[in-house]
Order: sequence, then C-alpha cells, then structure tokens
Amino acid sequence: MTVPQKRVETRIDPYVDAYASRTRGLKASAVRALFAVANRPEVVSLAGGMPNIADLPLDVVGSLVSELISTRGPQAMNYGSAQGEEPIRQQICQVMALEGIEAAADDIIISCGSQQALDLVTRTFIDPGDVILAEAPSYVGALGTFAAYQAQVVHVPMDDQGIIPEAFRQATVAARAKGRQVKFLYTIPNFNNPSGILMTLERRQALLAVARELDVLIIEDNPYGLLALDQPPLPAIRSMDHDQVIYLGSFSKTFAPGFRVGWALAPPAVLKKLVLAQESATLCPPVFSQFVISAYLSNWDWQGQIVKFRDMYRSRRDAMLRGLEDHMPDGVTWTHPKGGFFVWATLPEGLDADQLSARAASYRVAYVPGTAFYADGLGSRNMRLSYCFPTPERIYEGTRRLGEALREEMGLRATFGLVRSTKRDQSTAEIVGASHQLGGAS
Amino acid sequence: MTKHVIVIAGGLSHEREISLESGQRVARELTSAGFNVTVSDLDPSLITLLKGADQPVVFSMLHGGVGEDGAVAEVLDLVGVPFVGSRAVACRASYDKALAIPVAARAGLATPARVILPHDMFRDLGAPNLMGLIEDRLGLPLVVKPSASGSALGVSIVERIDDLPIAMVNAYAFGRTVVVEEFIAGVEVAVPVFDLGAGPQAFPPVEIRPQSGRYDFEARYTAGATTYICPARLDDDVITACQTMAVEAHQALQLRDFSRADIIVGQDGPVFIESSVAPGMTETSLVPLSLETAGQSLSAVLAQLVRLADQRQ
Repeated sequence: MTVPQKRVETRIDPYVDAYASRTRGLKASAVRALFAVANRPEVVSLAGGMPNIADLPLDVVGSLVSELISTRGPQAMNYGSAQGEEPIRQQICQVMALEGIEAAADDIIISCGSQQALDLVTRTFIDPGDVILAEAPSYVGALGTFAAYQAQVVHVPMDDQGIIPEAFRQATVAARAKGRQVKFLYTIPNFNNPSGILMTLERRQALLAVARELDVLIIEDNPYGLLALDQPPLPAIRSMDHDQVIYLGSFSKTFAPGFRVGWALAPPAVLKKLVLAQESATLCPPVFSQFVISAYLSNWDWQGQIVKFRDMYRSRRDAMLRGLEDHMPDGVTWTHPKGGFFVWATLPEGLDADQLSARAASYRVAYVPGTAFYADGLGSRNMRLSYCFPTPERIYEGTRRLGEALREEMGLRATFGLVRSTKRDQSTAEIVGASHQLGGAS
Repeated sequence: MTKHVIVIAGGLSHEREISLESGQRVARELTSAGFNVTVSDLDPSLITLLKGADQPVVFSMLHGGVGEDGAVAEVLDLVGVPFVGSRAVACRASYDKALAIPVAARAGLATPARVILPHDMFRDLGAPNLMGLIEDRLGLPLVVKPSASGSALGVSIVERIDDLPIAMVNAYAFGRTVVVEEFIAGVEVAVPVFDLGAGPQAFPPVEIRPQSGRYDFEARYTAGATTYICPARLDDDVITACQTMAVEAHQALQLRDFSRADIIVGQDGPVFIESSVAPGMTETSLVPLSLETAGQSLSAVLAQLVRLADQRQ
C-alpha cells in the first residue's frame, strides 16, 4: 500500500468561493452532456439551431473579402465606431424596410450578433430583481442573458396567434402590485424560438396597444422574419411604433452567423445609452465583418439568396412535418411553423422530455428538452425539434427514431403504471391547445 | 524513437463528453512525459490509424458502452495492438454490475443486497407484484441504477416506494437490465488501484462529500459542488481495509493495469459497490487526486502503464 504524505481537502476549483453569485446556476448537466453525441454523424441532431449556409456563394464572398483587403484593408482591420459603420447602418435600413420599418441609420447600433444587442439592452435596463416578461416558451439564449443580469423572468402564455395580450396585461399588473419594476416585454414574434409560432398582425396591434397603455417597452427580436416560408413577411411591431419598441435584427440567418453582426434599432435616448454600453463592452463591433457584409449586400442579389434559403428550409420543414405525422405515437402534438427553424412538440401527460433524452440518444437522435426554454422549470413535456440543418431524408429518419424511442418509453411507463403526471404544466397546455388549431403547413 | 500513443476518447456512449475530457487530460500528461500522442474518436478512421501507426500503444479513455464493456479491447486484440487496461473478458464482467457484484461477493467482499432484473420481467409478471417483492426484500431506501452505465447517469435513490416506478423507468433508459440495491449509509470513498509492474497496489482512498448530499452527475462534474478529502478521514485500519478491498476486487475481476473501486464505509465496514476499468481522468476526477496525494505524478504513472503495455507486444 502507498503511504500518503499529507491530507488534502479540495473542491478542485481554487476560485470556487470567489465567483459572483449570479454564476451559481452554471452547473454540469447530465442532459447537456448527452448533447455531446449530437455531433456524431451517426446521430440525427434535431437539437441545434445552426443555420444551413451550404448554398451561400462562397466564391463570391471570397472575392469580396479579397478585394476588401486589397483596397481597404487597413481601414477594415482597424478600430471603428462604437455605433458601427455608417454604410452598413444605411443598408440595414433597406433590410428592415422589407418588414415595413422606416428608420434612419443614426438610430441603429451594430452589435456582435443580435445576442450582444440583447445583452446591451439588458445591461442598460435591468437591475437585479427587475421583471422581464417573456413568451412561454422563450429563447434559451435570452433567458441566459436575463439570468446573468439577475432579472426575474415572468412568462406570458401564447396561443396559436402569439403572445396573449390580456395575459401580458395581467402579468404586468400583478408584478407591479407586488412592487416590482417591469422593465420590458421580450418577444420573438416571427416563428418564435422554440415554438415556431407566428404572431398575427392583429395580435401585434393588440400587444402594442397594451404596451402603450401600461407603458411597457417591447423588445422585438426578429432573426427569422425574412424566413417566412408560406407567405410574405408580416409588418414588424417596430413598424407600428417608433418609441415603444426596441428592435433587434441579425444577419446570422439571412447571410452567415460567423461574421457575428447584428443590430439594435432604438429610440434616440436609448441608443445613446447602448452606444456607451458598447464602448465599455467591446470598444466597437467587428469592423471587418461589417465591411464584408456591406460588400455582400452591395454586390450580390442577397434577396434572391434569401429566396433560395426559404426553398431549402421549406423542404426541410415539410420533411419534418411529414415525418412527425408518420411516426409520432398517439397523444403527441406539435406546431406547424410557417417559417423559421423550429417545431415545438408536446408529449402526452406523464412523459418527461428531459428524462427521455437518454433513451433518444440510445436511438441516435437528439432534440432540446422544453425545460431549457422556461425560466421557471415548466416545459417538461415539450421538446424543440430543429429542421434547419440536416437533409430532409435525415430529418425524416430522425423523426422515425424519435417515434421508436417514444413508443419504448411509453411502453415502459405503462408497465410501471406511470400513465398520468401528477403536476399540471399550464404553459405547456396553452401551446398544446394552440397546436390543434394551427393546421397544415403546405 | 518517440513512442506513438493513440488515446481513444469520445465514442457514442452517454458519457461521450466526459470521455473527451478524460482523453484530453491523458493526452496532455503523456505528451508531457515525452510520448507522441494522437487522440482519436471511435469512428471508421480508427482502424486505419491503428494499422498505419508504427507500433503504437493504445490508451482508451472511452467511458461507458463499448469502451468499458470489452468491445474495444476485443477489437484492439483483433488488430494486434498493445493497449493499456483490462482485457475484453474482464471488462465485460466488470462493467456489467449484474456480473461483477456476484463475482466480488464470491471473492468474499461485502456487497449490498440487490435484485437484478431486465424490464421484460416487470412487463410479464406485473410491475406492482415485483416492486412489492423488492421492497419486502431490500426495504427502503433503495438505490436504482442501470446495470451497465457510469457517471451516475440513470441512478436514483428511492426513499418512498411511490418513487420506485419512475426511478426504474429512468434507469431502463440506459439499458435493458437494472440493479436495485439496498441503500448503504456511510462515507463514500474511491480507491484507485495501479499495477506498475509489481502487482496491483491501492492508492489513498478519496473521501467524497457532495454539498447536495448526493454524488450525482452535477456533483461529480461541477467544480466546487463536492469536497474531496484524500486520504479519507477514516481510521487507519479502515483505510487499510478499503485498500485491501480495492485490490481484491481488482484481482477477483481479473482487471489489468489500473482500476478504481467505489466503496461505501458503512456501520459494518467497507461495502464494495463497483470497479471501473476506465476511471475518469477529468479535472474533477478522483484518480489524479489520489495519485497526487501519494506523491506520484499522474504523468509518470500513465507513462509507466504505456511502457508496460508496450512490453506486452
């Protein structure tokens, strides 16, 4: 036997007591660890939300980059304005006009993806304990940002037309009655991540009316608006009001996410704060990326490219809906998105998508459990299924595997008498009700 | 010439992420020991790599599934490449708790009372009937775990009989057979065993104190969530008993090179839970901590294992 020299007591990380309290939620997760298999080719990953940019004209982009370096290299590779470069801000106005927004370049700030714009907005508005209202369910990346600034997220139910204005009103009134500051409502009105739901025009107008009445700012996050697969894009909420809405946009889904260029369009006073926040965060957004995207917008039929993207995503969306129809056991429901990347599935009562993920991994298929999209632990019966990246054939195969995993799980639960859940998931129930009304996609 | 070591990590098991971390750590340590190290996933390029390399030695850090159930060891034998770690037949017996625990019990080691059943039995005989028998036999609380899995994945501690069905379903997500054990209250320790050429030798037991009270996945892999004390705060004779148990388990299961025994020191002394043939080597893993406490360099110990494997060519 070996003889130890002296006793060691350790928690492995010597800085464990030095971290900020807001990092306490950053823990290892068995469910997250299971995602590691999603990158393997044997696994059909319906988990990631990575845009499929295989159809981009890489030769054109290469030429643009080469010309950029040879003609304006020193400028493109230097520091720039904290607000972002003027030419791309002008061009962004043209992009936003496609969704009815009239804006001036001076009202735009460029960010490192719209994710950083959301971070700047949250940093600017949120004190610990402030309330942010968000759709139920809502984008996991936004929830992470809100948690980092120690906001309290209150979810507002949705139906097949989007967030429910009366529920928005009730949530605001209830929070204020408790003495809480409601700082803003965060919404993804176009093909919500993760539910895929498109907020109707009437609902946008009604939502805005409540926001004006209660004086609540709306953060309109719109990464998927131009990826409407079945109809022209709807007018953005920002197109209806200049003062009540901060609009977040992105080139990640309509061009390429690797350049990390997004933006915020904000009322002038807010914009000044965001620019100051940007200076302290990054000094300036990446200049080179802005120049590349600006050149792409100037020299390529980028709207034609988006039409190609739509065709590609439509075939994938249709493959997923066909696969779900063919393979899901009775009792499973799902949304029928008219754009974007995601289908939101709801499992029968008693099933738990977190627990199912291990069995799904055994069947070589991956998805994101619904609890990731709630700040309050709901969503256990939901899963987000992405159709953006795999081929249509792989997507269809993925739904087949998922169906097998579900059947086995349901069989086991029946064996052990676990047919009904003891807890009722109200937010899930709202979406379940919606999914029956959404109809076919094509 | 610098020896070529191929570290296999990743694979398609539920423990892929942990395996990748362990593999990177082993690769770093062996590189610092002067070896030419290649890290490879378990994929179709592996055979080509093995056959094309000049007399390589393989160090598998695959956790779970084919990495620990002997399948990879079988393939390495088939290719004719020397490797660190246990042979296929020993891996098979050790990884499957349904096989390993009876072997350990026959060797005289104290083991928990247990029931091992495939899910078909519950379906055919009626789950309520069988669960009732289990409760009568083992009492409460119970530990429910997959027969073949690691990193506490699929493991539940059941304190109320009403929670047994969901624990069973969760465990069956990781395999067709589940082990239900009596819960042993006590001090949880891990004891590494290394055979560096002079027979298997136990290293200092690491005492595990999870803040949450349960050494689950989160407690294992979140730095700061668990306090590790090495050597464990146990009387010298108990420490010796744990080390003896770890070596006896290593021998009874016919393991080779290295293993890690998981033991709970209960009221009546140490109880053997399981031995791992590919213990974790991540930053939060127990084996490196034990070696460090014993004044050994992880790098030097892993290098010696490679040299011994190379001599087996």
